[in-house]
Amino acid sequence: MNKIKSLDDLRKMKQSLEHGMTIRENSNSPESLVQIRVAMATCGIAAGARTVMNTLIEKLEKEKIPAVVTQGGCMGYCYAEPTIEVKVPGKDPVVFGKVDSAVAEEIVVKYIKNGELIDGIIPVNYQSINEQK
Amino acid sequence: MAQYKMHLLVCGGTGCRASQSEEVVANLNTEIKKQGLENDAQVVTTGCFGFCEKGPIVKIIPDNTFYTQVTPEDCAEIISEHVLKGRRVHRLLYEDPETLKHIEDSKHMGFYQKQIRIALRNCGFIDPENIDEYIARDGYAALGKVLTEMTPAEAVDLLKKSGLRGRGGGGFPTGLKWEIAASNKSDEKYVVCNADEGDPGAFMDRSILEGDSHSVIEAMAICGYCIGASNGLVYIRAEYPLAIKRLQIAIEQAKEYGLLGDNILGTGFSFNIELKYGAGAFVCGEETALIHSMEGLRGEPTVKPPFPAEKGYLGKPTNVNNVETFANIPVIYLMGAEWFASIGTEKSKGTKVFALAGKINNVGLIEVPMGITLREVIFEIGGGIKDGKKFKAVQTGGPSGGCLTEKHLDTPIDFDNLVAAGSMMGSGGMIVMDEDDCMVSIAKFYLEFTVEESCGKCAPCRIGNKRLHELLEKICDGKGTEDDLEHLKNLSNVIKDTSLCGLGQTSPNPVLSTLEHFSDEYLAHVRERICTAGKCKALKLYTIIADKCTGCTACTRACPVAAITGEKRQPHVIDVDKCIRCGACYDKCKFSAIYVQ
Amino acid sequence: MGNIKVKIDNVEVEVKRGSTIYQAAKQIGIDIPVLCYMNLNHMQIENRPGGCRICVVEVEGRKNLAPSCSTDCFDGMVVKTKSIRVLNARKTVLELILSDHPPKCLVCSSSGKCDLQELAQRFGIREVHMVENAEVSTYRKDASPALNRDMDKCIMCRRCETVCNDVQTVGALSAVNRGFMSVVAPAFEQDLVDSPCTFCGQCVAVCPTGALTPYDDTPMIIRALADPSKTVIVQTAPAVRAALGEEFGLNPGTLVTGKMVAALRSLGFDKVFDTDFAADLTIMEEGAELLDRITRYVNGDKEVKLPILTSCCPAWVNFFEVYFPDMLDVPSTARSPQQMFGSIAKTYYADLIGVKREDLVVVSIMPCLAKKFECQRDEFKVDGNPDVDYSISTRELASLIKAANINFDKLEDEEFDLPMGESTGAGVIFGVTGGVIEAAVRTAYEVFTGNKLNRINFEELRGLAGIRTATIYFGETPIHIGIAHQLGNARKLLNGIREGRYNFHAIEIMACPGGCIGGAGQPLHHGDSSVIKARYEAIYKEDTGKTIRKSHENPYIIKLYEDFLGKPLSEKSHHLLHTHYFDKHKI
Repeated sequence: MNKIKSLDDLRKMKQSLEHGMTIRENSNSPESLVQIRVAMATCGIAAGARTVMNTLIEKLEKEKIPAVVTQGGCMGYCYAEPTIEVKVPGKDPVVFGKVDSAVAEEIVVKYIKNGELIDGIIPVNYQSINEQK
Repeated sequence: MAQYKMHLLVCGGTGCRASQSEEVVANLNTEIKKQGLENDAQVVTTGCFGFCEKGPIVKIIPDNTFYTQVTPEDCAEIISEHVLKGRRVHRLLYEDPETLKHIEDSKHMGFYQKQIRIALRNCGFIDPENIDEYIARDGYAALGKVLTEMTPAEAVDLLKKSGLRGRGGGGFPTGLKWEIAASNKSDEKYVVCNADEGDPGAFMDRSILEGDSHSVIEAMAICGYCIGASNGLVYIRAEYPLAIKRLQIAIEQAKEYGLLGDNILGTGFSFNIELKYGAGAFVCGEETALIHSMEGLRGEPTVKPPFPAEKGYLGKPTNVNNVETFANIPVIYLMGAEWFASIGTEKSKGTKVFALAGKINNVGLIEVPMGITLREVIFEIGGGIKDGKKFKAVQTGGPSGGCLTEKHLDTPIDFDNLVAAGSMMGSGGMIVMDEDDCMVSIAKFYLEFTVEESCGKCAPCRIGNKRLHELLEKICDGKGTEDDLEHLKNLSNVIKDTSLCGLGQTSPNPVLSTLEHFSDEYLAHVRERICTAGKCKALKLYTIIADKCTGCTACTRACPVAAITGEKRQPHVIDVDKCIRCGACYDKCKFSAIYVQ
Repeated sequence: MGNIKVKIDNVEVEVKRGSTIYQAAKQIGIDIPVLCYMNLNHMQIENRPGGCRICVVEVEGRKNLAPSCSTDCFDGMVVKTKSIRVLNARKTVLELILSDHPPKCLVCSSSGKCDLQELAQRFGIREVHMVENAEVSTYRKDASPALNRDMDKCIMCRRCETVCNDVQTVGALSAVNRGFMSVVAPAFEQDLVDSPCTFCGQCVAVCPTGALTPYDDTPMIIRALADPSKTVIVQTAPAVRAALGEEFGLNPGTLVTGKMVAALRSLGFDKVFDTDFAADLTIMEEGAELLDRITRYVNGDKEVKLPILTSCCPAWVNFFEVYFPDMLDVPSTARSPQQMFGSIAKTYYADLIGVKREDLVVVSIMPCLAKKFECQRDEFKVDGNPDVDYSISTRELASLIKAANINFDKLEDEEFDLPMGESTGAGVIFGVTGGVIEAAVRTAYEVFTGNKLNRINFEELRGLAGIRTATIYFGETPIHIGIAHQLGNARKLLNGIREGRYNFHAIEIMACPGGCIGGAGQPLHHGDSSVIKARYEAIYKEDTGKTIRKSHENPYIIKLYEDFLGKPLSEKSHHLLHTHYFDKHKI
């Protein structure tokens, strides 16, 4: 193991280590971050939800958007799987259906990053991410 | 560090390990492998979450699902349902004792809502045996900052400005303590971490060392730089094997990284840490006694001055701080004195860790801002009194503290307010009592502890506490008089006034505070010979209600001392003088004819 | 440093910085009661125990009461030593101490001399306000040939521990157990005889109660005196005569040699002899040994062991057997005067008067408790019969005299019996530190040089400093001498020799402060160094008053050699007057 020889070394080391902890840090204050829930029931998994989830996580990191990506159970939109629910701070949560990797990237760049509306939103009349409050 | 989509944090504190958390970790890993999720989910053994009432705890990140009382058998379900399919295992969720609803996200648990975790910031969050996780959370950055950007005097000044006071009990301003130690010139100085946690029921220091040893190590090194010491010693009780192990691992890792040892971060500053083991004597928490114990002498205090800052370990200037105090320090340097001083009350800054125990729903370890009220702690964080009973008193400050009552519930908790109310902060024990507790017996219980733990050096503590205990025993035995209450008071005051160290100076606090707040209960014991809580066996009075007695003789046969007499089919009588209050007759009677007072 | 001002009970007093409240109060005549505190300043030891809490006082601005024995004064300090709060606290604390102390004062050997008893009187304690049948701490009793431990009476003042560890550096006693059951004891609560205890008895000398007391040999002596078939003879050590008077109200330093002899005769001893005679004999043997070693050394003998150490002090012998077993060949093999006396009495003298050994009882009056242990050593017995049967202390002698309704003060002076009552000034000064070596020098000088001494007083060897060094010229030959009293100082000196920092020809060591005059069998001096000083001067006064002041000029010693022993270091001498040492180091 190499010794840390200066404060700069320490800082560099911290930077290389911190992304492994990001998920934990972010979960500490999810309400101030973008929260995404991927429906991960049997139907979702069958429709490729796992791949979508991976894409979302990678894209968010690439865009340097701090976010919490969690798994959820079936949302009830089996016809539109994979479905994901996105909650941007200060906005109502939105559910997207039939999300594949391409759509996932689009959601990250257009909806989350630039605040543009995109196709594929399923109208819902309840709040799920905030339901506990 | 590899990136996982899910982290499963499993409590590896002593409490949860006692209920098989190590097996939980093993099974979770097996199940993850079985489901092929090795690249998605990571199991991390962390320090204590504080919610010891319902351990072992498994917390799932990122959705903050908080599973309680997880058994090794539950692991398969957690992995296949939650990790694989995103469905929470509801039966393992924490159930709110009032609403009886399952709470999915720990953010919404009353237990955590009012807490601010500074000293415990990494406990239950990082793997304490992995220095990388500590560094990823800005670990050792404070040390780096102090060593490269500040002079020792500036660093001490910052600590003084933060208003941090010693968390071991006394509440002495930490910055001032460092300043005094720094001002004494010597070729050699020592930084000592007091990990001789002795209050019954208190385990904050153990939890910090088990969950976040590095923060203590880092703070000790900062202290070394500030006061001009290159040697650190941790005095830890040998009964803390896990804390010792984690501390040893952390010291080794810090050495390997060059964060301990010679020329730390290329600054020319050198610092080493050594462990010294104690046998767990309560009095060794007192700093002079602690130092004597480390020197291999009898663990007993000596008169101060000289203070350790002047003449401590091996006669050299020594700075002694408690574990929790140290754990606060790195954050203060990172976030600034103003930030720290913005939390808490005017004279007590920051937070305090408390060990909640007794008749309370959420037994465990909490960290709350100074100034929070007892009501918030007991009823919101602690979830109220067990079994819906009525709150009676809360003992703060461990055996040296006092009992506080209903009328203190809205007092903001800080060092000075607690003292003003006749108790003290101590190291943060908080034991809640309900209507079934007899306050005389409670005082007796605490005295038992101090009698046991007195070192025997000074007469008032050695003999006085024994005599106090005997007086309380006499009262509980129903033989007390009102004169005894006077003696109790005088003796208590003299012991406080004349004892050598903090142990004797505070040991009568439970007696004095219960005498003050529950004088009725004492009077009932000595005047009417009644224990209102029904705890004092000798004061229970068993009588037979003649109307209900059928003369079945079951009680006569049950009585071990032949105190019950009577003709068959005629009402029986209990001879009060012979009765030993064992309750055997009461248990046997089928007609509820025996009345207990 | 400089001075600071404090106000005690409304009186301003200027004291040296670093003074305690107790010392400051003393300066203006306020006598704060103390119990665990001892004044050891004359030994350059600062005693700040702070354990009993009897000496507490009120200090303005301080939350709790302060122990005056261990609290430093600060400039502008305001102290109250007799407020209600203070008096109530002291009284309550004393009641607490009394509540854990057996109330059997009437039959306690320390009754009348007990500091606890005195405080109870002073505070007017009439009742102990504790629960009836309050638990008391009791411990196993421990008896050794020299002293008894009855720790039920221990009040944990720990003076004994301070003396044993800090002054004597013996380390036989320390606090064991915790809380209510804490007590001072040897490690593992073993018996004293199994501990490194040297039986110097200094712990007994400072014990405020009857917890540590001398083993009482007086009943055996009374029985022997009453037995018509026994001839009972007594020897008195030099230091006894300088202190015995104190037990009868005389000033310290009053010489009572003649009265003591009269009292002993009145008690019924058949002959009253003087240990000083044996001291002269010791000089003949030890001096010869010293000369032998020096002469061989001067002549280039590399095997010779130097320095030579005196071996008169039994506690010192015990000390080096335990702590310096690597140096057992260094001390002189000469027995102590007590043992030389016993050995000669039961051979030479018994023959002279035609009494069988077993019918002759030899009693010694010693300032010492270790002498009780010494006379029990197997080396000093013949077929189980000890050379010295009983050794009693100065205090025990006083109690015998009192019990026998002898009016000591009114006694006419009487002379010692002959032949073993004749002694020189050299024998007398064995009682003080530096005395043995001065006596040896007086003789060795004349033998070595063949010249008469011009001056007999060797002032350079005298004094009460803990460690002293001097060089005496035997003609052209410089003789380097080291002297230490108290075992702590002895340890320093011996360590110095072990490490080669000192280069002495001869060393004298005494275990007790001031030498035998400060022995543990003497009337208690309560840490008052002026008492020691007075006894010290008395001894030299007795020396100066003697017509013969050199051991080798004692006519009865000369006769003893002519008639019986031959010459110093003869085979007979070796057999009767020399001994050997044992490795007794513990752990």
